[in-house]
Amino acid sequence: MEKEFPIRQVLDGEGNITDDSYDLSEELVKDLYGKMLRARTLDKKSVNLQRQGRIGTYAPFEGQEASQVGSASALGEGDWMFPTYRDHGATLTFGHSVTTIMLYWKGRVEGCVPPEGKNIFPPAVPIATQLPHATGAAMAEKRKGTDRVSIAYFGDGATSEGDFHEGLNFASVFKAPVVFFNQNNGYAISVPIEKQMNSKTIAQKSLAYDMDGVRVDGNDVLAVYFETKKAVEKARRGEGPTLIEAVTWRYGAHTTADDPTKYRDQQVSEEKRNKIDPLLRLERYMEKQGFFDEQWKQDVTAQCDREIEQAVEEMEAFPDADINDMFGHVFKEPVWTIEKQREDYLTFKRGETV
Amino acid sequence: MKTAAEIKTNKLTLVQAVTDGLRTMLKEHEEVLVLGEDVGQNGGVFRATDGLAAEFGEDRVMDTPLAEAGIVGTSIGLAINGFRPVAEMQFLGFVYPAYEQIMTHASRIRSRTLSRYSVPMVIRAPYGGGIRAPEIHSDSCESLFTHMPGMKVVVPSNPYDAKGLLIAAIEDPDPVLFMEPMRSYRAFKDDVPEEKYTVELGKGAKLTEGEDVTVIAWGNMVATAQKAVEKMEAEGISCELLDLRTLYPLDKDLIAESVQKTGRAVIVHEAPETGGVGNDVLSVINEEAFLYLRAPVSKVAGFDTPFPFFSLEEEYLPTPERIVHAIKKSVTF
Repeated sequence: MEKEFPIRQVLDGEGNITDDSYDLSEELVKDLYGKMLRARTLDKKSVNLQRQGRIGTYAPFEGQEASQVGSASALGEGDWMFPTYRDHGATLTFGHSVTTIMLYWKGRVEGCVPPEGKNIFPPAVPIATQLPHATGAAMAEKRKGTDRVSIAYFGDGATSEGDFHEGLNFASVFKAPVVFFNQNNGYAISVPIEKQMNSKTIAQKSLAYDMDGVRVDGNDVLAVYFETKKAVEKARRGEGPTLIEAVTWRYGAHTTADDPTKYRDQQVSEEKRNKIDPLLRLERYMEKQGFFDEQWKQDVTAQCDREIEQAVEEMEAFPDADINDMFGHVFKEPVWTIEKQREDYLTFKRGETV
Repeated sequence: MKTAAEIKTNKLTLVQAVTDGLRTMLKEHEEVLVLGEDVGQNGGVFRATDGLAAEFGEDRVMDTPLAEAGIVGTSIGLAINGFRPVAEMQFLGFVYPAYEQIMTHASRIRSRTLSRYSVPMVIRAPYGGGIRAPEIHSDSCESLFTHMPGMKVVVPSNPYDAKGLLIAAIEDPDPVLFMEPMRSYRAFKDDVPEEKYTVELGKGAKLTEGEDVTVIAWGNMVATAQKAVEKMEAEGISCELLDLRTLYPLDKDLIAESVQKTGRAVIVHEAPETGGVGNDVLSVINEEAFLYLRAPVSKVAGFDTPFPFFSLEEEYLPTPERIVHAIKKSVTF
């Protein structure tokens, strides 16, 4: 099946063009590089903030920037995004605010609320549950007669869940305009893909649904971008869903509460930084093309740093969480049970301070 | 306002009233969709969606793949994106694969997005025993849903309420589990108005006025309790029968007012006793009528066993005799 579903690539790890059928403008390359650097800056900062106790447990995605930025960049304004908890590189690229993303990791419900007009669903924590949502939202767009599409993000472990099957099967049956974007980073927390499935690829699972399946180098932002764009455009034309498997790697832990040295040799992971890194390969490509300069990189880096630092300040200056938000959004119209619990609790609290 | 004489009514069974409610809402709201297993051409295994696919098209009354989590999951996607899906679970006992979607998403999307997204969805499900159904088909697991923050749970006991509650549920801005009492599906007919009307969610009904004891039931158990109440009346014990109709949120005032008057209560449900909604009714009585009580409140409920194979279902289900026994114990305490 690895032959039937070859890994599509535009640039190899050394920055050499391996598929010259695309128009790679300096503008596109620099734009994608800047977005990936922005995502990586957010990610690294978040890990540090967790270490300092300034946010809670955090799920890092370093190494997966090409998958997330490339796919999110292929979407249009009104499209729908259904991410997991490890896809804030994608949500950031699609227009989520950095401050909001950080608030999520600071244990704030406000972190689930997308900017006005952005169709970004809150991160799915239960694995694969967002796939049927993406299908349903896409069915809704189809019924409305728009050309908007949904994209669902999920990992290799998610393909073992029943909701993976149900989401893809419904999309296939109803010809829903969905892109199922899998990031195969090789590990579901500690369980390697060999223990997760007996199939050699995830893309081949598309055959069961008579759906297009594509395997792409998930560390090659250009390949991810172009392949996702094709799938998105196909969905917009009413030609149904696509399953994309982006083969990638997370350098670090599953979350900051996890120790990857218990289940894999982190030295191997570190060595990959020089071989398959999404940013480095783009730098190498730009150097070869003669449009990379150190000053530009420094400027972009400084800009990302400034933006993320400012977001950290905003996150930390954010008003305290309001318990009325906890009570006030369970139902649209208040119900007596929750109202009574709120009143009793507030009375209790007031009494305690007397 | 029309006078009673001007309102055209039809004699409908409960299941026909469900169909009528669905038809009313499909007609009125383009965004209402019906989806589930066999709901299209077949009209549902109980014919609850009979004729709707032909009338409104198979793109609005949709046969789906056989997958409860998929039905609810895609309904969530439709609901957050402008539609009002009415998803059918073929039996409430088949809802379990969808439980995760309901518990982790449908019921809490509003809360976790500070109301940016909401899920105006109804999950319809026939439930309950007494029709000699194969195993699993008779489960009565309402308390799995009343315990779920963000869900409303509704159970009609008669055709009039079935249509009115279903329309109210579809119009509700939040997810509602709409339980349909299978044994009452075709038990009797009611005059059901042809036009649109609603029965307010969260409001129970007082079916008989009484002085000595309050009997509280819902769904299938209302008819069973009714028989017990009639027997008691013949023996001179006056019962006030309440049909809760909505199990979350409970009609606190109705329960409180009645038990404050009678000082006694018997709660009847076919779900297993432990962890059943009866306990929440008890809790309301405890808070609202404790000092009025003249006897311990009792429950006549299903046992803490899996719902038995149907050869034993009449032993498992509360009977008028068991309810009579509980009422007598209460009034002679």
